[in-house]
Amino acid sequence: MYHNYELMPTIERYDAIIVGAGVTGAAIARELSKYKLRVLLLEKEAEPAFGVSKSNSGIIHAGTQNHPDSLKGRLCVAGNKLIREISAELGVHFVEVGQLIVVFDEADVAELDRIKREGEELGIKDMQIVRRDWLSLYEPNLGSEIVAALYVPSAGIISPYRLVYDLTENAVKNGVVLKTSHRVAGIRRLSGGPYRFEVEAAGSKYQTRFLINAAGLFADKVSAMVGVTDFKITPRKGEEYLLDKKREHIANHLVFPLPTPTSKGILIIKTSDGNPMIGPTARDTGDRSDLATTEEGLNEVLAGARRMMPSIERGDIIAYFAGLRPAAGKDFIIRHETAVPGFVNVAGIQSPGLTAAPAIATMVVGILHGNGLVLTPKKNFHSTREKTTHLFEIPLSKTRELIQKDPSYGDIVCRCEMVSAKEIREAIRRGARTMDGIKFRTRAQAGRCHGGFCTTRIMKIMQEELGMTVEEITKRGEGSELVREERRHG
Amino acid sequence: MDERELVVVGGGPAGMAAALAAGAAGVKDILLLERDQHLGGILNQCIHPGFGLHRFKEELTGPEYADRFVKQVTKTPSIEVSLRSFVVKLTSNMKISYLRPGALEEVQAKSVILATGCRERTREMIPIPGTRPSGIYPAGLAQKMINMEGWIPGKEAVIVGSGDIGLIMARRMALEGMKVKAVIEIQKQSRGLARNVAQCLDDYGIPLYLSHKIARIEGADRVEKVVVAAVDDAFCEKPGTRFELSCDTVLISVGLIPENELLEMAGAQVDRKTNTPVAAEVNRTSIRGMFACGNACKVYDLVDSVTRDSEKAGQMAAQFLKEGK
Repeated sequence: MYHNYELMPTIERYDAIIVGAGVTGAAIARELSKYKLRVLLLEKEAEPAFGVSKSNSGIIHAGTQNHPDSLKGRLCVAGNKLIREISAELGVHFVEVGQLIVVFDEADVAELDRIKREGEELGIKDMQIVRRDWLSLYEPNLGSEIVAALYVPSAGIISPYRLVYDLTENAVKNGVVLKTSHRVAGIRRLSGGPYRFEVEAAGSKYQTRFLINAAGLFADKVSAMVGVTDFKITPRKGEEYLLDKKREHIANHLVFPLPTPTSKGILIIKTSDGNPMIGPTARDTGDRSDLATTEEGLNEVLAGARRMMPSIERGDIIAYFAGLRPAAGKDFIIRHETAVPGFVNVAGIQSPGLTAAPAIATMVVGILHGNGLVLTPKKNFHSTREKTTHLFEIPLSKTRELIQKDPSYGDIVCRCEMVSAKEIREAIRRGARTMDGIKFRTRAQAGRCHGGFCTTRIMKIMQEELGMTVEEITKRGEGSELVREERRHG
Repeated sequence: MDERELVVVGGGPAGMAAALAAGAAGVKDILLLERDQHLGGILNQCIHPGFGLHRFKEELTGPEYADRFVKQVTKTPSIEVSLRSFVVKLTSNMKISYLRPGALEEVQAKSVILATGCRERTREMIPIPGTRPSGIYPAGLAQKMINMEGWIPGKEAVIVGSGDIGLIMARRMALEGMKVKAVIEIQKQSRGLARNVAQCLDDYGIPLYLSHKIARIEGADRVEKVVVAAVDDAFCEKPGTRFELSCDTVLISVGLIPENELLEMAGAQVDRKTNTPVAAEVNRTSIRGMFACGNACKVYDLVDSVTRDSEKAGQMAAQFLKEGK
């Protein structure tokens, strides 16, 4: 009951609303931002990438180990090509490091042959079976029991969260509206007009013609809100362990064992930040919030990694985390729901979802177009964004030039990862609102001291940039505040 | 390129003592690099008393102890101090690159003393299973938050490890009105000084659980509780001994690791387990003319001993500059 007209809420209307700002939602948003459309991207967490994407391994898969007829296989191979263009446009650091699938037994070489043949059917190029002499030369730290490997050169690495941030930032620059801390509370189907859905989030209502569900671990719940209940997300937990940057060059490639039916096994993963990572485990869990690491997980990962590279030690581990894969059966679910016109499910996007994301986005936009969304290209689409500067990526000579332009590049905040005050401020200006958001964007707090030295300085910079009180600063959104009370003097 | 006889990296108690001793031994041209905006290092956040009993035969707080050296350093003409200066590169022939706001500086030294201190071992190094919510702090970070900034981290705390910083922080948090529920120590006895157990725990009725470990940290956004368990002589959990303590804050005080990443970058030998320089004698490294002192060389209990040994490092550098050995 609104007696005063001005207090009446106005309902925002969109051509498309995307639920979930993980890599899938962000890639779709960016793809849609190429056209003259009003697009809203809703994220329940405090920042994009804070769900499934933040725990991703960062591997850009070549496409091996997927069935040639699967969406996973097709979209992974296509995504592997598209991701190169996108990273060049957005200034995301992509490196084609190549992958080795290693075997310990001569009898398993036949399995490598099979993976190779299947991969070739998908269009993966330049794979070869390599032997001990090759391995000793190009991957010298491999254990001596390894007899051969399938070398897949087109696999690479990227920073999964920075990819999401940069996709989102570019989408927003091109007109997409991003609303974080907006959990979808309900969806009402509308009839009669062009707007077919009314989405309620964070106390507001948003109407839209098309609704895209990229809600990751909660995709089945969002789908159920419009009555589509024929799939269920069964979270599969993966624990990952990060090694000290000193061990950066322990591996030259992504090193995989032969896959098991449920996972690709324990891997040695080069990361775009430098720290090698070992993992992940793969355990089904009924709990969508179960992000705990376990002693068994650690032991399994260490044993798996040491089997391939015996020189990896427990003491090399500087950080660890667990993530949940939003599994929904064997393959991705990407479809327009004919029973609910205008509703598109993009669910079950587990591995190789990161790689496939750009191809998924293209496919979803095609589905939307096929179901009546008019796509008029924008003349003024900004396809590129200025690359974010990271001192840890550049030589000192370049650092000197930067400091001459802006002295605060010389003001080091994070000593372990060499992150300057300038980079922290820049991350905040580009959207970081939490300590984790700053960590994922800049690497400050991600090194061997785990923020022991830089946390208070970062909190002060956040206060300066955002005008927050220290009690308002959170690790990753409401409820994760760092300080209970500030003793004010005077 | 700037040339110096001696560059000291780190302006805490070790670096200041080394620079002063080198100056006293006749080194005329010393550059002291400190990354913070003040000299004094970690002493600045140690506002409790107990420093200087050996050196000055009186009981000082950390800042008071530091101040005695800061005053001397600033009036010693042979020492130039550069604050907010962060060394990014060190070579075996003693070329140093450092960043400061507005500049990347390069300097060629004849001798180098590394007084880079140490960092705290983290939760990740033990490692403690469970979730990774907000509210888990290295004890030294909590000390900095409370003593330097006046930021009270939470309401109820459990401390993992009975190192001195953990004990001191138990008392500090109790004084600030926080409820400190327990200190959990996996060893059979406290790792800290006996006087700290008495003055920081016993006097405040804070229980110390020896031969116990944290089996799990729980909490989604902020710490909600920890699961504690007794351990046997092999540090393995004794079945059936688990109990829970609710808390919103966990402090980690499980030891210190010397920071020798620069020394490693220069190509000197560093022990992979202890992260200390590999050398025949305290304060030396495997590179001639390059020295390490204070907690970077080995982890000390008392700052008085850091001062004593770091002065020797300063004298060693002076001797090297004079005689080439």
